[in-house]
Amino acid sequence: MTIPETFRSKTRSFLPAILLAALTLALAPGLSRAAVFSPQTATLDNGIQVVLVENHRAPVVTHMVWYKVGSADEPQGVSGIAHFLEHLMFKGTDNMAPGDFSKIVARNGGNDNAFTSWDYTGYFQNIARDRLDLVMEMEADRMTNLKLSDDVVLPERDVIIEERRSRLDTSPGALLGEQMRASLYMAHPYGRSIIGWLNEMETLSTEDALDFYHDWYAPNNAILVVAGDITMDELLPMAEKYYGVIPRGKDMTRNRVQEPVQHAPRKVTMRDPQVGQASWSRYYLAPSYNTDAADAAPLDVLSEIIGSGTTSRFFRALVVDQEIASSVGTFYDPVAVDLASFGVYAVPRGDVDLADLEKAVEAEIAKVVADGVTQDELDRAKQKLLDSAVFARDSLSAGARVLGQSLAVGLTVDQVESWPDRISAVTVDQVNDAAKRVFDAKKSVTGWLMPPEGGPVTGAGAALPITSGEGVH
Amino acid sequence: MNKLFKQIAGVAFASTLGFGFAQQAKAVEVQEVVSDGGIRAWLIEDHMNPLMTMDIAFTGAGAATDPDGKLGLANMVSGLIDEGAGAMDSQTFRGEMENRSIGLSFDAGRDDFAGSLTTLTRERDTAIDLLRLALSEPRFDDEAVERIRAQVVSGLKRAETDPRDIASRTFFTSIFGDHPYSRPVSGTFDTVAGLNANDFRGFVGRAFAKDNLIIGVAGDITAEELGPLLDEAFGSLPDHADLPTIPDVTPKFGALDVVQQDIPQSQAIWGQKGIKRHDPDFYAAYVMNYILGGGGFSSRLTEEVREKRGLAYGVYSYLANLDHADLMMGGVATRNDAIGQSLSLISTEWSKMKKDGITQEELDNAKAYLTGAFPLRFTSLGNLSGMLVGMQKEDLGMDFLDRRNDMVNAVSLDDVNRVATNLMDPANVTVTVVGKPEGDLAF
Repeated sequence: MTIPETFRSKTRSFLPAILLAALTLALAPGLSRAAVFSPQTATLDNGIQVVLVENHRAPVVTHMVWYKVGSADEPQGVSGIAHFLEHLMFKGTDNMAPGDFSKIVARNGGNDNAFTSWDYTGYFQNIARDRLDLVMEMEADRMTNLKLSDDVVLPERDVIIEERRSRLDTSPGALLGEQMRASLYMAHPYGRSIIGWLNEMETLSTEDALDFYHDWYAPNNAILVVAGDITMDELLPMAEKYYGVIPRGKDMTRNRVQEPVQHAPRKVTMRDPQVGQASWSRYYLAPSYNTDAADAAPLDVLSEIIGSGTTSRFFRALVVDQEIASSVGTFYDPVAVDLASFGVYAVPRGDVDLADLEKAVEAEIAKVVADGVTQDELDRAKQKLLDSAVFARDSLSAGARVLGQSLAVGLTVDQVESWPDRISAVTVDQVNDAAKRVFDAKKSVTGWLMPPEGGPVTGAGAALPITSGEGVH
Repeated sequence: MNKLFKQIAGVAFASTLGFGFAQQAKAVEVQEVVSDGGIRAWLIEDHMNPLMTMDIAFTGAGAATDPDGKLGLANMVSGLIDEGAGAMDSQTFRGEMENRSIGLSFDAGRDDFAGSLTTLTRERDTAIDLLRLALSEPRFDDEAVERIRAQVVSGLKRAETDPRDIASRTFFTSIFGDHPYSRPVSGTFDTVAGLNANDFRGFVGRAFAKDNLIIGVAGDITAEELGPLLDEAFGSLPDHADLPTIPDVTPKFGALDVVQQDIPQSQAIWGQKGIKRHDPDFYAAYVMNYILGGGGFSSRLTEEVREKRGLAYGVYSYLANLDHADLMMGGVATRNDAIGQSLSLISTEWSKMKKDGITQEELDNAKAYLTGAFPLRFTSLGNLSGMLVGMQKEDLGMDFLDRRNDMVNAVSLDDVNRVATNLMDPANVTVTVVGKPEGDLAF
């Protein structure tokens, strides 16, 4: 029951941070002809898509159902309802008592969880392959038979409010990010927090949740993704048996307000006693693979060149050469239904003023716009991105996640699998043109995170927490 | 030995990961590879993708060995040895890594100094060479030292005001007193400012040796191929490490520490005595903890605090084993006016576990989960190589993967209830709360 930025796993990810970033931020790998995930697909009569990524390393499967609905599809005034419903999907059906879902999964040796984003909501279980039919039956059951009442809904509303406090309200950096998004998207619902505004969360009701459920949860708005030790011949009959029998729902279309032309750069400054280390960031409105596929791949490459890793152009300039930042980087996630964003962040080194840091970052951006990138930079970035596809294949869940996410925002399996071809085809001119378009100050918001005047409260040095999950049990 | 390497009958340990219900059990073979030069590694071959992961640990070389006045030494070395080595300055070295998609990183824990290497088969030789250079010929150029120092200081500033870091720092100071475990792994502003290249070189000379090295490898490499690479990477290390002995410590429990911070939710962590990893009752304690607070949505703490009352998003407990101390810990975050209620509920569960133990049904459910979910850990190479290091570090044996579920299944109701009576110690729990808690706090 997490929101997607923190798809946390107790075990360490195989993917090195940089490659993971390339994967999750730059969307999906694929080696088209070389084939990345080589998924097999089918669509049942009631509209549910079925996707399989075979992986026979261990006798286990990842079973996921993705709904093509997220927080950006919420009606006005009930922000957070998509995520709240995700929690409530564990609260029972006509056939299952509240809370039993996860307990049954656990009693069968499986893990389960769920996540919500602006564009999609997903539910998954990792479990032995011979228990797949069990979790399919349960997942199919809650696709149509959810039963809710105030006695389970209201305590869960307190849980999501505590979740908001944990993720946002006790973290000034996260709160500033929330304010910045609200400013970046002036009209589009991407400007709302996934978890919801606190004042609206406090009023969410059982009826709100059921309305949203009935509006959006149906097989024709769902994608079944399975990865692991099973073949399509084994999977399809099971999918037919459990999901195929659910009647198709009404036709659903996302109906979202679109972003108007923006005319001026915005700036958000946050001072808080809880800020020990100042930082600077800027978001630009950017195309997604859905809004402008021609610019999205070049921007993937651009982000890799200027802001990924410790030999990227911005890191070399600002951290190594000018010694003005202690870290700097970029982020770009083009897997979205509507407009995406391109981000740049930097942490000042020592006592460097945020104004000076901002000037230095802007000078680097201006250089990219004026002079462009080099063929050598392009070639190195492409190779790194293409390699990330190989790393992605190692993890059982990566393929399922990438495919589920991509299909849920309206991309096709072919688009995922041909991503390496698109990356390979990117030219210097395309990168430079895309950079000129994306670095438009009028479509940006800049965030300054600072301690209060006079500095933060001081104390002793930092200790690293002893965390669970260490050791072999 | 004439042979390039010898292979100790590891092939025999075809650990099946089926466990009861999975009919089509797959074998995971743990092999021991000993190089011509005597470097020993455990290996799980897996040729599904052209990738390899190697995890290493230098045992006893963690931050607990930082000399007085030089706190943060091991941590800073962990950030510096992959920032220039041999003939390569930092940008050249990092360029070799990043352009070839080689992942190389190091991390200083309290007890051990760990490293992790991931590479495509295509770049394996370069990856091993970079690892060798990082361990044997790190440069510690001024540019890199000052840059990493700035990053560490930045982290210290952030940790100074982060409620979770404050809670952790306060808790460990409270229970460990003057023992090295009480000290910050990342050091302090003063000590980090004073560290220099001589300190780093001294640490590398003392801490990286063949006799405290553990290696786990997984992926697209055979035992024959691995042997020579082990000599290449580690052959030039000295035979013996020269590290101070860290004394065992009995933590002092029973305190309640509150750190005031103006935030809307109080962060609480707590801890009591733990159980040794090699205690015959370890798995009984492990099962008990799963039922109490380790089992996510199935745990008693989650049921009482989250499901019934909506008092927290997460509440958990776990067993923590350090080399010189064993703990049982937990954590929760609740709005300021109800944190006392959360702690009171948790305390009740703590006492109830001690007094009444568990039911047969809970035991059966716990075993079903713990044994059934074990193969879920084998779904990526990084998990495998990391587990191989853990198995060697804890001296669990090459057949651990084979035996582990049997050990879980052997736990009886009496075992768990005996351990619950002996281990659970609600009268001696240390609690740290960070926030603006209202009302009574007690455990």
